[in-house]
Amino acid sequence: MTPLVDVLTSRYAYVLFALLLGIGLYMIVSSQNLVKKVIGLNLFQTALFLFFIASAYLAGGQAPIVHHGGKEATYVSPLPQVIVLTAIVVGIAVTAVALALLVRIYAEYGTLEEDVLREVRSDD
Amino acid sequence: MTDPTVAPVLLIALPIVAAAVVLLAGLRWPRSGWPISLVALVLEGGLAAWLASAVFGDSGRLVHELGAYGRPGENEFAVGIELVADALSATMVGLIALIALSVLAVTRRAGPRGVPFYAAYLMLIGGLMGVSLTGDVFNLFVFLEITGIATYTLVASNRSAPAAVAALKYLIVGTTGASLYLLGVGYLLMATGTLNMADLAATLAGEPSFVDGPMYTDPLVLASFAFIATGLFVKAAIFPLHTWQPGAYDEAPDGVTVAISALVSTIGAYAFLRISLSVFTPAFFEATPIVATVIVTVASVSVVAGSALAVMQSRIKRTFAYSSVSQFGLVVLATGIALHPDAGASAAEAALIGAVIHLVGHAVVKGGLFTAAMGLALDSDARTIDDLAGLGRQSPVLSAAMALLGLTLVGVPPAVGFLGKWYIVIGAMNADLWPVAVVILLSTVLTLAYVARLFEQLYFTPAPSGDEAGAEAPADTSDDHAMAADGGNSADDGTEEHLSDPTPGAPFGVVAVAVGAAILAILLGFAGAEFADALEPFVTEVLGQ
Repeated sequence: MTPLVDVLTSRYAYVLFALLLGIGLYMIVSSQNLVKKVIGLNLFQTALFLFFIASAYLAGGQAPIVHHGGKEATYVSPLPQVIVLTAIVVGIAVTAVALALLVRIYAEYGTLEEDVLREVRSDD
Repeated sequence: MTDPTVAPVLLIALPIVAAAVVLLAGLRWPRSGWPISLVALVLEGGLAAWLASAVFGDSGRLVHELGAYGRPGENEFAVGIELVADALSATMVGLIALIALSVLAVTRRAGPRGVPFYAAYLMLIGGLMGVSLTGDVFNLFVFLEITGIATYTLVASNRSAPAAVAALKYLIVGTTGASLYLLGVGYLLMATGTLNMADLAATLAGEPSFVDGPMYTDPLVLASFAFIATGLFVKAAIFPLHTWQPGAYDEAPDGVTVAISALVSTIGAYAFLRISLSVFTPAFFEATPIVATVIVTVASVSVVAGSALAVMQSRIKRTFAYSSVSQFGLVVLATGIALHPDAGASAAEAALIGAVIHLVGHAVVKGGLFTAAMGLALDSDARTIDDLAGLGRQSPVLSAAMALLGLTLVGVPPAVGFLGKWYIVIGAMNADLWPVAVVILLSTVLTLAYVARLFEQLYFTPAPSGDEAGAEAPADTSDDHAMAADGGNSADDGTEEHLSDPTPGAPFGVVAVAVGAAILAILLGFAGAEFADALEPFVTEVLGQ
């Protein structure tokens, strides 16, 4: 098996993570639409969630609950899962603020396109 | 309650609880925001003083384990989150508590006010305290984001559309930066299995039995540092990642600019200092010398570019904003020198003390400058540097404060700006990093260029519309304005309390804070030697000498 196929079959979660991260970052940088920028930001954060979850995956691992699987069972580290939960909450809060700002901008300028916005504001 | 280890918990919890109280009380009593915030922040100041006296007194380093989960074994990782207060955190806590109260005085009459403002403002203070006191890298991310979200809302808090655009830009860039930091934390977690700063430092050094030797040259650890540094550089507004900052500072309500310019980027630079010193430790930089060189180079570019951009601005707030890019470059530069493998013990020590002094000094000076700019804008609607023409006569107190603080920024002795730069230059020279000393000199000249423009407009350019006033009765008008600027409003408090519009002229709080900042900047310059002595044990400990 070539190394590339090997990576794609056994480490596909990390490949997906890198792809999502790149797409998210590209959207943030290149999109002219402010809503799409926020979506790009969300995609970027989702890539991070996937990264943490993938790093915590353990074949045959059990949820780390006391008396769940006995002393011999293999437990999954709860730390990355907790991080993702917290990061999701943070992400939602940030998105909520971003959407509130977008509503404000749209009410004032009637557009969410960055280039149009620049023209409208230079007229002021 | 006599155990000072509860102070870190209270310092973080108090403002966050108070923010909720402000919101709830605001439903019933819409004007209760200010008194509640005042009580909370005065208590916060007391707690900060308690913590500082314990840390600088006998305790040295305070650790509080949240939930008291402790460690399963002697050499095992901490289970819960630890709050850690050492000399650096205690300094930051004191600075935040002081500036938090000052901003409350500034916004008392000049605005912004109202329940949402005070709630977001208290959240901001809680987040900042959290960043200063946490001993856990993921917890630091959470507090960084609390700080961030509070700042984004505060920037947009006057509901103007340009401010919303600036806040959204800040949000997108800032959140991307925080996410990069989180990615770096993820890499660290993968490499070591812990998030506790002390445990991370020990594991990276190869102390636990389950790792084979130091991990400093591990690509995962290197990548982690790259992501963390980039993320925190965004937060500290280091060139070329500063693009969010001038817009946010310029469009935010004046009172908010004072708070964020003095505290928010400062906490980003603090986080970088903390992670570099307490997680990666100087040994990491010794193992991979290129890292310190890259930091010094990036920071040097930021120092020069920030000053050069500041010279080119015409709006006062933008000038000061770009000047911050340069000043935070200087703090990061000093960190880079302190961690540079070529730097000897004395050079590293001087550079690190310089970094801390400059971090504190810049917060005081820049907060004061924005307060003075706010006062002049309220007095005479001065927004651009050209608008300042002749204001040295019209608003003598505020102009003098701005001029003094400007000189401090340049680094004129004996003020604090000089002291910080002095230590940094000493460090650079002892480390044989001569180009860095040249960079600092160059940025000082550029700083002088834009401060000199302020001076020229304030004191040597006649006011454009001042023909009749200037020629006929200069003494009378200037006295009137001085009265209005000095204390006119405190006399009217009773009658004008219920008016929603701020009275023309700068309120007493604004003038007092601007003057106070100028005096504090000079006093800190004199107290610098004592402060350096107090930091000495911390510095020698983190530098591992």
